[in-house]
Amino acid sequence: MSKLALEKLQAKFGDKVFETHSQCGDDTAVVSPDAWHAAALFLRDDPALDFDLFVDLCAVDYPLRENGRFEVVLHLYSTTKRHRVRLKARVGDLEGDAAEIDTLTDVWSGAGWLERETFDMMGVVFRGHPDLRRILMYPEFEGHPLRKDYPAQQTQPLVPYRTEEEAGMVLEKVAPFGGDEGMAFGRKWFERGARS
Amino acid sequence: MSATETKVLEGSEQGFATTRLDALLGWARKYSLFNYPFVTACCGMEFMAVSSPRYDFARFGAEAPRFSPRQSDLLWVVGTISQRQAPILKRIYEQMMEPRWVMAFGTCASCGGFYDNYTTVPGIDKIIPCDVYVPGCPPRPEAVFDGLLLIQDKIASGVRKPSVVKPRQDPATDLVQINTPPKPEKKKKKKDEANGEDA
Amino acid sequence: MEPIDLDLEEGELELPAEPMHLNMGPSHPAMHGTVRCVIELSGETILKADVQVGYLHRGFEKMCERGTWTQVFPYADRLNYVSPMLNNVGYALAVEKLAGLEVPERCQWYRMILGELARISDHLTCTGAMAMELGAITPFLWWIKARELVWDILEEETGARLTHSFGRIGGMAKPPTAQLKELVRNAVPTILRLLEEGEKLLLKNRIFIDRLENVGVISGADAKALGWTGPCLRASGVAYDVRKAHPYLKYDEVDFEVPVGARGDTMDRFLVRLGEIRQSTKILLQCCDRMPDEGPVNCDDPRFVLPDKMDVYTTIEATIQHFKLVMEGAKVPAGEVYSYTEAGNGELGFYLVSDGSGTPWRVRIRPPCFTVVQGLEQLITGRMLSDIVPTFGSLNMIGGECDH
Repeated sequence: MSKLALEKLQAKFGDKVFETHSQCGDDTAVVSPDAWHAAALFLRDDPALDFDLFVDLCAVDYPLRENGRFEVVLHLYSTTKRHRVRLKARVGDLEGDAAEIDTLTDVWSGAGWLERETFDMMGVVFRGHPDLRRILMYPEFEGHPLRKDYPAQQTQPLVPYRTEEEAGMVLEKVAPFGGDEGMAFGRKWFERGARS
Repeated sequence: MSATETKVLEGSEQGFATTRLDALLGWARKYSLFNYPFVTACCGMEFMAVSSPRYDFARFGAEAPRFSPRQSDLLWVVGTISQRQAPILKRIYEQMMEPRWVMAFGTCASCGGFYDNYTTVPGIDKIIPCDVYVPGCPPRPEAVFDGLLLIQDKIASGVRKPSVVKPRQDPATDLVQINTPPKPEKKKKKKDEANGEDA
Repeated sequence: MEPIDLDLEEGELELPAEPMHLNMGPSHPAMHGTVRCVIELSGETILKADVQVGYLHRGFEKMCERGTWTQVFPYADRLNYVSPMLNNVGYALAVEKLAGLEVPERCQWYRMILGELARISDHLTCTGAMAMELGAITPFLWWIKARELVWDILEEETGARLTHSFGRIGGMAKPPTAQLKELVRNAVPTILRLLEEGEKLLLKNRIFIDRLENVGVISGADAKALGWTGPCLRASGVAYDVRKAHPYLKYDEVDFEVPVGARGDTMDRFLVRLGEIRQSTKILLQCCDRMPDEGPVNCDDPRFVLPDKMDVYTTIEATIQHFKLVMEGAKVPAGEVYSYTEAGNGELGFYLVSDGSGTPWRVRIRPPCFTVVQGLEQLITGRMLSDIVPTFGSLNMIGGECDH
């Protein structure tokens, strides 16, 4: 990772860098959301840092944190200097609204799809993104599935499911099946008792 | 020519000619299946293996994939169907012409697999009727062939009741006992009889 | 007969000039399925392309939050399903980095062997599918035969041909079998021979070369900005391989080269993958020589590793340990980590956030082919319709990974 990047960020941005840590050897800096774009530009353009490979952008949901429910996490790598850095920013209120941050598509073009994915899954809006629409879910989907308050099994089917009258058979698959539908021997071995 | 044939076959005398014609059609259809491989996920790798020289489904006549639903009669739904993919699957199925059969290849296509979440369709039979379910994640090519043989039987007999490919051998009967002495012969025979009754 | 065009304006006779919209839909013959390209065409030239992924989104990240740390392994397998061991090993290394575990030496060699076998399987499938989509079905069949040999070894070791779920936190599910080294040493010459036979058919074929050379060119700088890694980045001239740049397991102790391309076109991506298969076989043979035949495979940490089954049946401590590990999950210390390995498509990263309990708080996969497919639009704009097939094939989009 890169201690140099953390030092330079702190030197340049001063109090906009809220905290830094190096847990497990990953150097991380938490910056204020309004310094997000400037920090990214600095990391790319500074010749001693030269972060040219855009690795990853995602968001993590901390639903109980009041100032900054979503933590937008950016990973960067420099192929020339062989170091990495993680940049974080906290956005959003407790309901998940007002989660806005600047886009990085003009700094690295790779941010395009990753920001769309973060928007799709978490609902973080990227100001200035040329094409912010859903990427993994379909446009008719409502809600942001990766948020902690979205129930994992809540489906929004695009095609209405067939009913059992229409199908003419039982559609819910409950194990074990009937004798002629699934395994012929069913689950009877444990009913026969211990094997002694 | 065909008009006189139908006149002969209609009516109460459904005898030799009908059954022979049906049998002929069934035989021709089952050994010349044009499949539409609707491949989405990991099962697609096993589909590739099934079509490859070692396990070769050309032996069953089902080799020719037709990438147009209009020209195919067996829809192989290979892999997980997500909610986003569901309308496309339905449309492909509706575009196929009768007679058509559907095979759910893999657990995700049969019942959603372990993706019990907001984005997976829990089994394609929620959307389209399915004839054979081949469970497995992914199923071994031999299981796929069992499924193909089941489809061929259905085509030959004309029965449309859906069925599931079962393992040939119940793994529960082959359990290895740890640190207990092997059972005496008598009891083994009784167990076999019990197996025979239940199976 | 009178000429019809006397009364018509000159412009009315011209062919329609609006671009045609074509949908290369999600049910696509090219075995990649699940990617939809909406293309605007003028004749056969592509003016604009909208690549839509997400048709195989299976909620990997959400599912990880609902189980324990070990229950992620089957889901991780199904990410890049052509090289599942690489995903397993990548995730196991990520959790071990967060927990501060170091696996024994034998396990590191074993992971490398299984990983390189998976990489060979991935590259054989990708190049074979590329050849098949261009009409060369024979090399595909031969390379699938080579892949079956790899899968035979994996089946002997892990029990499954494809989705093994064999990795565990702190080691592997089972130790290597006694036949592993022999099987690998016997299989490698056959794989190389089949590879060569396929190459003989393809690499001097004028049609194949014309369809791949100078098609889908991307420069190294563009590729880096897009976030490309792996064979696609190396084909554009950037020599970045995680195994060399930041060695993990025992990659710093084996001797191998990293093929790097020059032009960044589809042909280079094809050749880089073939070169990597050869390098993987080299690594495999070295690992077989170096792997100790005896020794533990799992690390000796009761907080993460399941105890021996006989102890579970006979001692109470092991029963409790087993119960807690299975029911509550391994308690990985709180914190966050980003761990990266070289998967078949590039840098596979796992960003894990733990709250100290047995269930992950967030498991983020950094999918190498998601960022690679992002570049597809740039690669095919301005090219012809038939260039999409080899270009897209060379990117090796694996739906499970791209749409996680």
